[in-house]
This record gives sequence, C-alpha cells and structure tokens, in this order.
Amino acid sequence: MWQKRLAALIVLILGTAAGWYVYSSEVSASRPFKLGLDLSGGTQLVYRADLSAIVGGDVADSMSSLRDTIERRVNLFGVSEPIVQTQHAGTLAGAPEERLIVELPGVTDTQKAIELIGQTPVLEFRLLKADAIPSDISTSTVNEYFESAAITGKDLKSAQIQFNQAIGGIPNEPVVLLTFNAEGARIFAKLTKDNVGRYFGMFLDGSPISIPVINESIPDGKAVISGNFTPESAKELARNLNYGALPVPIELISTQTVSGTLGQEAVTDGIMAGVWGVVAVILFMMFWYRLPGLLAAVALFVYIVAVLALFKLIPVTLTAAGIAAFILSIGMAVDANILIFERMREELAAGKGTKDAIHDGFARAWPSIRDSNISSMITAVILFWFGTSLIKGFALVFGLGVLVSMLTAISVSRTFLMALGIEAKGGFSRFFFGSGVSTRI
Amino acid sequence: MIIVTRRNIFFAITGALVLLSLVSIGVFGLRFGIDFTGGTLAEIRYEGTRPDVATLTRSLEDAGLSKGFSLRESGGNGYTLRASAITDEQRGTLAAAISYDGSAARIDQLTEIGPTIGKELRNKAFIALVLVLLCILLFIAFAFRKVSKPVSSWVYGLIALVTLIHDVIIPVGFFALLGYLTGAHVDTLFVTAILTILGFSVHDTIVVFDRVRENLRVNQERNRKEDFAETAGRSLGQTFVRSINTSLTVLFTLAVLYFIGPVSTRDFALTLLVGITAGTYSSIFLATPLLVAVEKRRVK
Repeated sequence: MWQKRLAALIVLILGTAAGWYVYSSEVSASRPFKLGLDLSGGTQLVYRADLSAIVGGDVADSMSSLRDTIERRVNLFGVSEPIVQTQHAGTLAGAPEERLIVELPGVTDTQKAIELIGQTPVLEFRLLKADAIPSDISTSTVNEYFESAAITGKDLKSAQIQFNQAIGGIPNEPVVLLTFNAEGARIFAKLTKDNVGRYFGMFLDGSPISIPVINESIPDGKAVISGNFTPESAKELARNLNYGALPVPIELISTQTVSGTLGQEAVTDGIMAGVWGVVAVILFMMFWYRLPGLLAAVALFVYIVAVLALFKLIPVTLTAAGIAAFILSIGMAVDANILIFERMREELAAGKGTKDAIHDGFARAWPSIRDSNISSMITAVILFWFGTSLIKGFALVFGLGVLVSMLTAISVSRTFLMALGIEAKGGFSRFFFGSGVSTRI
Repeated sequence: MIIVTRRNIFFAITGALVLLSLVSIGVFGLRFGIDFTGGTLAEIRYEGTRPDVATLTRSLEDAGLSKGFSLRESGGNGYTLRASAITDEQRGTLAAAISYDGSAARIDQLTEIGPTIGKELRNKAFIALVLVLLCILLFIAFAFRKVSKPVSSWVYGLIALVTLIHDVIIPVGFFALLGYLTGAHVDTLFVTAILTILGFSVHDTIVVFDRVRENLRVNQERNRKEDFAETAGRSLGQTFVRSINTSLTVLFTLAVLYFIGPVSTRDFALTLLVGITAGTYSSIFLATPLLVAVEKRRVK
C-alpha cells in the first residue's frame, strides 16, 4: 500500500514542480511562451523567388544567400527576433516554387514592412545574346535579348563609390566598384575570358544600369558599374549593395498583418476561455463521477501543467488556433477517465469489490481509449502535414494534447485511485464511487 | 430500447436534418474565403462611431479600390473588408481612405493571399480531406477486422462510414446557413474543424459497435438466445451514457471557446460544436438502429 501512496506522492510532486516551472519561467520571463504573429502582433510576408535566371543546380545556394541577405537587412532595422526562412513549395499550386517567408514581430504596418524588404536591391549580371543589338533595350525586352551569366549578386563581396579616372569615360563621373569574393572572382575571370567581345549587362532591380563590352579577361574579381550616377545615387547604391544584394528577384505573393491590440485580446480571451473551460469540465466530472471525478480533476491539472511545460521546452509557437486546440484538448483529456469510470461502474454493478472494479475498469477500458486516440492522432498528423503555419500550430498542440492526455488520464488517475486503497464493499465507498443521478444502468 | 424499436422515427428525424443541411448548402452555397480563392481581407476598427457602408464604399472607391470589394459590419465598431488582390499603391492609401474626421480607424488585421498560394491551399485541403477519410476507413476496417455473426464485419464499417458522412453534411449545411447570416467564409480553419470532427466522431460509433459484438460473443458462449435487435439495444443502453459524457466535456470547452474565446476562432468553435453534437447524435440514434435495420432486411 505504501508503495502506491509513494507513487501518488511522487506524481503530485512532479506535477507541482512542472507547475512551478511554468509559473516561474513566465513571471521571470526567462522562458516565456512563444507566441505566433497572430498573438504577438506583427507582419508575415511571403515572397516567390524568380529563379528563371539561375543556371543549373544553383537553386539551393541562391535561396540560402537570399535568406541571409534579407536577414541582414531585417536585423539592420532593429526588428527583434525576426524569422526569415526559405520554403520549397507549390507542387500543389501547379508549378513548384521557391519561397521566402519573412516574419517581423512588432511591425504592424504592412506597407512599412514591405518597404523595409523592398529597399534591398537585386543585382543581376547577364550576357547579351549573340545576335542582339544592345541599343533598343528596355525592361520588357531584357529577357529576350539577354541570357543569364554564371555570376550572380550573391558572389559580391563589397561595393564602393569611386570617381572615374579612366580614359574614354566621362571624367570624374561617379561609378560603383564591385569586388567579388574568391568564388565570384574565379567565376568572373572564367566568364570574361570565355566571352571576350560580348556585351555584359549589369541589372539593378531588373533595369539595365551599365552594359559594357568585355575587352579582356578580368582576373582580379573587380567590375565597375557606370550608369549616369549622381554622387548621391552612387553612394546609396554602394551602401545598399554592401548591406546585401539579392541574388534573384523576388515577388510578394502573400502578406498577413495582425495588430498588437488584436493579438493581446486573443491572448486574454484565450486564457479566460481556458480557465472557464477547465472549471466547467471539473464541475461536471465531480458532479457525475464524485470521488473518481475529483481524481480526474487532479489528473487534468497534471495534464495541463505537463503540456504547458512542454510548450515552453520544445518550444511550441502558440497561435490562436493552437490555443483553441489546447482548450479542445482539455475537454478530450478527461474522456479516457470517463471511459474508465463507466467501465468501473459496470464492474461494481456486477458485484465486484471496489479494488477489483478499479483494476478491471482500467484494463477493459484501455482498447477503447487507444482507439479513440488513434483516430484523433490520424487527424492531427494529416493536419500537421496539410498545414499552413496557422494549422500546424493547431495540429501540433492537438497531437501533443492527445498523447500527453492519454498518459496522464491512465497513469495519474490510476495511481491516485490505487493510492486511496478503498477495499470496502460497503455503502459508503459505493456512494463515492457511484456516479450520475442513479446507479441504475 | 426505444431507440432501436422506434428506429423509423429517428431515421425520419435524421433524414430531415440531412435534407435540411443539403437544402441549406444548395440554397445558400458555401462562400470560399481568401485562403482558397486568393485576395485581400482587412479587419477595420473605428475608435469612435463607424461611418455607414455607403460612405466608406465611396471613400474606398475614391482610393482606387475596384468595385469588386465587399464590406460587412463586424463587432460594434468595425468592418470586414474583402477584396481581390490590391496593389502596393492601394495598400498605401488604404489607411487614409478608411479614416474620417472624428472617427479614426486602424487596420487590426490585413491578409493578402496570392492566387498560387490560394490554389495550393485548395489542393492541400482537398488532399487532406481525402487522406483523413481514407485513413479513418482503414482504421475502421482494422477495428472491425474480426468477422462476426449475424452481421458481417464490412457492414459495421459501412455503417460507420454512413454516420461519418452524416457528421460532415450537418456542420457543412450549418456553415452554409452561418455564411448567409453572418458572412462566414470557408477557410483553412473550417477544413480543420471538419477533419477534427471526423477523427473525434468515428470513435463513439466504434465504442457502441464494439459493445454489440462483445455482447454477441457472450451470448454465443453462454448459448443464450437473444434477438439481434435486443442485443443491439442492450449494447446501446450500456454505452450511450459514456458517448454523451465524453462529448459533453468537449462541448463544454467548445461552448466556452465560442462565447468568450478569441474572435478569430469563434466560427471554428461553432462548427466543432455542431459537428460533434451531430457525431454523438449519429452514434446513438443512427448507427445502431441502422445496424438493426440491415440485420432485419437480411433475415427477410
């Protein structure tokens, strides 16, 4: 008997410890809950990367360089904890797509967020096709006349403003000197060597800036952009390029902005709903199942602190849908207890003593509990796969809730029921184990 | 068991509910949200009193928004704006276009979804729905793999599927009505709700069917002669309390979520409320009576 009571005590201590961890880490803000943009307020931007100019298998490379560049720029503007990630998607959208997802917590003006990203220049290099004449180039005919060159903006190391001293150019014209990194220098040397005599176009945000002829191989990895700059515009271009030039053009395909007030309201309402949901479930359980109902309530608390602690430890990014899933899971968490208690009641009605009834009740309810959780897990797993970030938040919390609740409902309430050690067959304990309005089936 | 003996009454009620839902879907139709169609959705909130729809419409048209947009009152002091894709320029002027002297407005939420993402979500939703149905079918087949008499095991599976279809038609029909009344749109959350209903509701049906088979087995072992309808009714009597109670606790939390939870999950909670109620109803009033009806027909 004392072993069972010790086990119950350990469960209580563990539950209290988890509760204390959740509480203290929240109060001291050492490890607060991670809130999604719809709760913390902020903007999410989704871009499609135009990779049509990328040759061969350079896609992954370009995408990671794209991500780094945007990340640098976002950090530059002092956005706290931004998330910039790439995503290969769109197999279900028709053609496959490479996407860039930018999350900016705290930025609640969509237009400002877009401008923040939009200032990042796209630097591209292209070779004029052999049969084309470079005179009538406009933005619309770029793709017609130019083919992509092996070098891209991601190979750039630095840019700086200079004043043209070269013979043949306009004296003292401001130009931008590009220095490629080691890899870029090697590619550029080969490119210039192989294409002597051809026109080499430099494009900024899709417009041709400068289209010089390649006179000779350039081994030192330096190129000059001259394009009717004023000193100011050359300076700005050099600065923007230094912060990072995008290796490929990007196009905005989706935005989502939630204001901080709306997010805060959702959090407050979510907490209130959670608290009252727990109260309703516990009242019902105690009314209908009496003493076991009370134990189910204790098990429910253990479930709640365990899941909340997991939210912090994993960590799970909470969204409004995630909170909904958690509240839903509170209602489902006691379902295993209900199945067990109903079975126990049947065993009692069949004339067994309380101890045997508890034991058999658990054993016989198990297949039902397992089955109900399997069907919910199927949904959770598929939803997680199906998910946008919103639905993934729901699926993760829901799946986690189903798993943890199965453990707590079975092990915790079992431990407590056993620890009570009620052996009597008498009317007193029968009343406490009885349930509902009548004991008749 | 009255539910089994008077089953035709419940078939009639069930039929009427399904018919009503189908009529609701047919008449009101489902409005697909920007998740699936692409476009723009804005939640506008006024600090003072909100202007009337006509004034705001004119102002938005002046700001260059094309005629295809719609405005619907939301809450006591706001509007929900739905439009097709907007340009950078339109986005920039939006904040100014909705503000008036004396009633400053802010955009609480702005979502723009491009056509490719819309198409992708549409396809994903469809695949997820098919996949969940398929997995649950496999699950049912697995749960009922042991052949039993007098009704063969695939009949149990088929009836479980029929109740699932019922459990989906009712909330979809309800949502069509909700869309007509409040302008609710079918979005990814709605699909999530339907999939959750599927996963949750199938279980109640399995519990009662399991009990039917257990009782049949016990009868056989003890050589007890009992009419199938009686066995089925007795099984239902033994399990319906737990079916109702497991659903009740979930319905309590969902009701709380609907009434005081976050605005963004309100329609979601309501859909689940209706769907889980329908699921519990069907597992008690549809599944077992159907089983008995099939058995009766087989005997004839």
